[in-house]
Amino acid sequence: MRNLNSIFAAYMIGWGVFFLFFASVVKRTSDLRSEIERLKKNLSKDK
Amino acid sequence: MIRRILFAAVAVGLVACAAYAAFYVAPEERTMGAIQRIFYLHASSAWAGETTFFFCFVANLLYIWRRKPQYDWLGVTCAEVGVAFITVVLLTGPIWAKPVWGIWWTWDARLTSTFVLWILYICYLLLRTLLDEPERRALLSALFGVFAFIDVMRKVFFFNVLAMHILALFLIAERYLLEKSKHDAELLRREAEAR
Repeated sequence: MRNLNSIFAAYMIGWGVFFLFFASVVKRTSDLRSEIERLKKNLSKDK
Repeated sequence: MIRRILFAAVAVGLVACAAYAAFYVAPEERTMGAIQRIFYLHASSAWAGETTFFFCFVANLLYIWRRKPQYDWLGVTCAEVGVAFITVVLLTGPIWAKPVWGIWWTWDARLTSTFVLWILYICYLLLRTLLDEPERRALLSALFGVFAFIDVMRKVFFFNVLAMHILALFLIAERYLLEKSKHDAELLRREAEAR
């Protein structure tokens, strides 16, 4: 199969972009959840 | 949580099957050879990205009309996912173009409009980071999103496919109503016969 390296590179880059995007969504969601927990704790302390 | 894992498993499984089909099932294209196999990822990502931008457009219109924050959340979600897909299109396209055209990039209408589309939605996402007040941010980005979608509509083929899909959805909805009426009529007929 000719140009196999190019095909391989394209698929790796494509899946890489999707994986990085997914990882960034998971990271941002987890950061926000911990912030929500922290804020809830702070608010309950203040009451 | 289980539903999300199941959804992820289905998505990953389908992508793996699609890649297998692209590499081992699809026949080799006569003029371009094996490099054409990039198209299975490149073109499908373009479709997915443009369809996602369509959902973004609908969400933006709904926000302008109804002013519910959920439509704003859907709009930004679709814009971000669409940008990821169009990024894949812009990265895999040149890898295909180099062996086939002999150049990585050319400023022809299709490539330029895809690049402009990507820039427009990057601007949509950037615009949101510049505005602090949630309602103002949602409204301005919704208006910008409606404007950005015009670039997708300029792609005549996509516009036609989109129109046909909407027509198909409309016909499905109408046909479904017919089936529901048929069912209701059958129940009433049986009830009348029983009396």
